Amino acid sequence: MAVDALTLRDVDALYGDSHVLHQVSLTLREGALLALLGRNGAGKTTCLASVIGWLKPRSGSVNVFGREVAGLSPEAVVQAGVALVPQGRRIFPTLSVRENLVVAQRGRGLWNTERVYETFPRLRERKSQAAGSLSGGEQQMLAIGRALMGNPRVLLMDEPSEGLAPQIVAEVGRIIARLCAEGLSIVLVEQNLNLALSLAQDVAIINTGRIVFTGTAAEMAADHATVDRHLGVF
Amino acid sequence: MQFWIVQSLNSLAMGGLLFLLSAGFSLIFGLLRIPNLAHGGLFMLGAYLGATLLGGQMNFWLAALLSGVAVGLLGVVLEAVLLRRLAGNEQGQVLVTLGVSFIIADLCLMAFGGDPMPLGAPRSLRPPVFIGGFAFPGYRLVVLGCALAVAVLLWLLLERTRLGAMIRAGVDDREMARGVGIKVSRLFSAVFFLGAFLAGLGGVIGGPILSAYPGLDADMLPLALVVVILGGVGSLPGALVGSFIIGAIYNFGSALFPDFAYVVLFLPMVLVLVIKPTGLFGRVLR
Repeated sequence: MAVDALTLRDVDALYGDSHVLHQVSLTLREGALLALLGRNGAGKTTCLASVIGWLKPRSGSVNVFGREVAGLSPEAVVQAGVALVPQGRRIFPTLSVRENLVVAQRGRGLWNTERVYETFPRLRERKSQAAGSLSGGEQQMLAIGRALMGNPRVLLMDEPSEGLAPQIVAEVGRIIARLCAEGLSIVLVEQNLNLALSLAQDVAIINTGRIVFTGTAAEMAADHATVDRHLGVF
Repeated sequence: MQFWIVQSLNSLAMGGLLFLLSAGFSLIFGLLRIPNLAHGGLFMLGAYLGATLLGGQMNFWLAALLSGVAVGLLGVVLEAVLLRRLAGNEQGQVLVTLGVSFIIADLCLMAFGGDPMPLGAPRSLRPPVFIGGFAFPGYRLVVLGCALAVAVLLWLLLERTRLGAMIRAGVDDREMARGVGIKVSRLFSAVFFLGAFLAGLGGVIGGPILSAYPGLDADMLPLALVVVILGGVGSLPGALVGSFIIGAIYNFGSALFPDFAYVVLFLPMVLVLVIKPTGLFGRVLR
């Protein structure tokens, strides 16, 4: 049996005194896109934070291609082949576009500044500009490009469509589909249900820190009761 | 006429000296947000180490470099052992670094005694140079040259290298920098090394003008603070411009109004704090 790209097993995590993840278990198959859905505050971002190492799980296991990473520093998790496109983009605003990319360069692989510029031509046009002066869509592209510069095997994306104009959302969607087709394993946290379901093979729904549904995108689309109960606002 | 020319040259030399003093302080304050009040102590320690090495007939530049490295390593230890535990606790950092400066001062007094120790400039750089018919101590121009060289090298390091960009990324967003794989704590040790190294180096290069004496630390620290407040916290161009402004004010002030030297020195700082608290080149720290 092939090793999965990312598995979480019974992960418990706390922010201060509040218990935000309860026994979370997830599996991202190699080369697949797993959409992680849920309402605001359900624990989606916390899940990603506990993978990248910003938050140390209190218990449970986080495994990247067979390697245990729970409790490791973010630097070590990145070294293990994980990259994050964080919520709110969090590009380095005082660095130039090019600098944002080169500081994240690591590992041998396809991705370098040239390939990022080919994927996002607008970043090439603005490569000497301070990243903080970019538009929201450009900042999102830079955040994705920066994550790819690490030549990851697992890409975590936290609401890449947030606050973007519809045509930019479509462009970001095309790029995510292409990355997935190239074999990258992706966890996509999204509020935009249509975007998520158009890209995902697998879906997990999280509600108040607990996984309440896992299955294929088709299974979820057919299960109206579950969707209404846990994602009712959509 | 001669008065103005000589005082102008003295001002430039003093500005260079102040930049060597304050560059490291500004670097650590600007990048790591640590107000390192032990900076004057590190400067003095560099001067004493330099005086000792020069007393053993070591080459001047080698002595400056070795003293800088020794002080830099002490800085790394301070950061790793004391200051890292106080991240974000500014009051704690102020008190601890002030305490460290007292310890350095007392240890220097024990080790090197209470008499000033002279540092000889390199023999070849001692003769006066003649500028427009006026004799001027040649070494002071060397100090100015060193300061400008350090300014250029620091700027290149921070603005034109990947390492510099990684340091700035860590300053912009420490958590995110770690999230793209940057080993931020190691980088911050490197910055502290660099800042302390510059203090030690400055102590030796400034030694032939100032010499090493008990109280050098307390004389220098306020000057570094004035320069950095005037120029803007964490701004390298600010530290450079601030150094030359303060150098000029200090020289002309003590020559023209000797009774008010300190008033003339600190008045611009007070004005800047009232009118533009971020300094001439400063930006608001997030």
